[in-house]
Amino acid sequence: MTDMASLMEDRAAAKVISDKMHKPVDWDSPKIARNIKKRYAAERRFKIYGLSAIGVALLALFVLGFSIVSKGYSAFFQTYIQLEVHFDPAEIDPDRTGDPAVIGKANFDGLIKQSLRERFPEVTSRRDRRDLYGIVSGGASYDLRERVMENPNLIGQTRKIWLISGDDFDMLNKGYIDAEVDESSRRLNDQEIGWYNALVEDGAVEKQFHARFFTSGDSREPELAGIWGAAVGSFYTLLVTLALSFPIGVLAAVYLEEFAPKNRFTTIVEVNINNLAAVPSIVFGLLGLEVYLNVMHLPRSAPVVGGLTLALMTLPTIIIASRAAIKAVPPSIRQAALGLGASPVQTVTHHVLPLAMPGILTGTIIGMAQALGETAPLLMIGMVAFIVDIPGGALDPATVLPVQIYLWADSPERAFVEKTSAAIMVLLAFLILMNGLAVYLRKKFERKW
Amino acid sequence: MKKTLAVAALMSVAFAGAAQARDQIRIVGSSTVFPFATAVAEEFGKTTSFKTPVIESTGSGGGLKLFCAGVGEQHPDITNASRRIKKSEVETCAKNGISEVTEVKVGYDGIVLSNSNEAPEIDLTKEQIFLALAKTVPSKDGKSLVDNFYSTWSEIDPSLPDVKIEVLGPPPTSGTRDAFTELVLEEACDAFPAIAALKDSNKDQHKAVCAGVREDGAYVEAGENDNLIVQKLEANHDALGIFGFSFLDQNGDKLQGSKIEGVSPTFEAISAGDYPVSRSLYFYVKNAHVGTIPGMKEYLAEFTSDKAFGDEGYLADRGLIPMDAAEREAVRNAAMNLSPLSM
Repeated sequence: MTDMASLMEDRAAAKVISDKMHKPVDWDSPKIARNIKKRYAAERRFKIYGLSAIGVALLALFVLGFSIVSKGYSAFFQTYIQLEVHFDPAEIDPDRTGDPAVIGKANFDGLIKQSLRERFPEVTSRRDRRDLYGIVSGGASYDLRERVMENPNLIGQTRKIWLISGDDFDMLNKGYIDAEVDESSRRLNDQEIGWYNALVEDGAVEKQFHARFFTSGDSREPELAGIWGAAVGSFYTLLVTLALSFPIGVLAAVYLEEFAPKNRFTTIVEVNINNLAAVPSIVFGLLGLEVYLNVMHLPRSAPVVGGLTLALMTLPTIIIASRAAIKAVPPSIRQAALGLGASPVQTVTHHVLPLAMPGILTGTIIGMAQALGETAPLLMIGMVAFIVDIPGGALDPATVLPVQIYLWADSPERAFVEKTSAAIMVLLAFLILMNGLAVYLRKKFERKW
Repeated sequence: MKKTLAVAALMSVAFAGAAQARDQIRIVGSSTVFPFATAVAEEFGKTTSFKTPVIESTGSGGGLKLFCAGVGEQHPDITNASRRIKKSEVETCAKNGISEVTEVKVGYDGIVLSNSNEAPEIDLTKEQIFLALAKTVPSKDGKSLVDNFYSTWSEIDPSLPDVKIEVLGPPPTSGTRDAFTELVLEEACDAFPAIAALKDSNKDQHKAVCAGVREDGAYVEAGENDNLIVQKLEANHDALGIFGFSFLDQNGDKLQGSKIEGVSPTFEAISAGDYPVSRSLYFYVKNAHVGTIPGMKEYLAEFTSDKAFGDEGYLADRGLIPMDAAEREAVRNAAMNLSPLSM
């Protein structure tokens, strides 16, 4: 018992000492209060820094988006002029043959000029008439021809028809030409603006949805230019890129990750793949020029060459992403498969690859999105070109969306400014779509272990 | 198996329509001639049964290099140039088997110095432009050569406005810059005795002094995109810009051309040859390809027709300054007969 009592005493003594050493913290003391206040302030400041960083990024994005959309949205609409067109049989089909070959050759431009002359009979001098014909685009006659080819009954009738306007009048209607400034310093003279105002009073000027922008190829007439040719060119180019870089990239990643021995050679390969991902894209263009054009004699400006060149550029991205995805598959899956008697190849093809596929696809799509926005390597292989015809295959001359943007941005005609912004909007829409697909695939097929 | 088929189907889509022999004219060359050549090509494609030619904008030098690489369908048929072909280039061509080349002069292009029309109009001489932009200028006493020390226009001549010298212009890779250097700086430099004296003593230095543009920020290389220069001039009323006449023509409500040697850069002044800073534009045709590539003659006929490069042709609407009728007639005849160039 005495032991016990002495123990208790010791403990009591120890407690006194320890109480003296560890005085309870006085949480209300001014020093602690100051300290806590400082820590909270630091926390708040940190949050503010973070938020302002996001704010700056969002603001930049907003300003970019706003400037592009505010300049470009008007390109999706086009001014049309309503004119009374007399489909004169004597002009179109004098012998009443009804033969499309005869109708196709008719001078529809003349019909439009005729109706313009009838609408403004006071215009007689040659120079003024030339200005007058500028109200309607040179492309309107092709529309008119198509209309008559579709419906030959029009011949002989007089109809009110909406015709696509010339670019200067389109700019005037959209408010990009200021009618107030001195006559000598604007594209349209007072007389031309007078005609325009007369047409507006008649209700013969209208903005319509500009479907042609999405269906036609490039043109030097802003009102006739469209992005379809460039979009098709981008499609073929990316198709070739995908067909080449996806299998090669995935095979390389599988081999390096699952089969390759870890030795100096594979380390060198790995380091070089990572280096390749950082090589400026113009270098790939020079390589493409030398190998595909000068040695292999593939056609210039063809999407197949563009695709081959861009495939070199996207390969490292795909390999790196695929390796990360394959690495993320747990080893237990492989061990289980091997344990049940699967061969290494079966293990990879039946288990590892399917499980890694969402990650591989995400990497591939992001690589493709990069390739979609690339112009520099294409400059070297002749894809920066004026191409009117819509390419019918990967060997036809073609251009791509970012190159189209570059070419339009460099055109003197005022109306190409809005076309440029509109084409940027289309390119961004494709990029958002592709990145959205990547996010969707990841979310849908992602497995948590 | 299914996947293999799908890939095969995709590939066959991609390669369908593979062209056997080339049935389309291929044109390369100057970015200055590009807007005119494309307009002709489009009209040609629409009005004939031939395919629309493919036109690449490679710059005059790059275009001639591609053009002179050889005969055969993998080489371009025509190259555009904003300057005349050089003797060395003719020799390269001949070495590669291109013995006959037809030269077609298209018209003129004015290079303008321009500012916002809300700023006062400026009237400059070539010598004043040289003093504002050259890298090396004669010192105040005119005896030695020093780094350009002028920072405002009024320092050069009291009659000029008292604003900072700030000129936006194309980079050295551009044909416009070449022409500007040749037509303004190199012509003006010999007006200064200190520089003219170099001509006999040190030819290389003379050349470097005459063609050198200052790099201290007064001359801003604004890239090849002339629209960008136009936008910057709108925002900055003190700055001047250097670009082709067609951009001034399109933006007449925002910009004004500065007078050079007292002449404004107007359509009339350039075509009459009164405006001092204008150059000729050309394209060159490989005669060996005429007849092999379909549509070559017809393209030449379209380009040299009065409705294209004539006084009221569609190229004039785009800012090309046409030649006079007699010269056009001569060019047209030479083009249609494919008279080979001799130098």
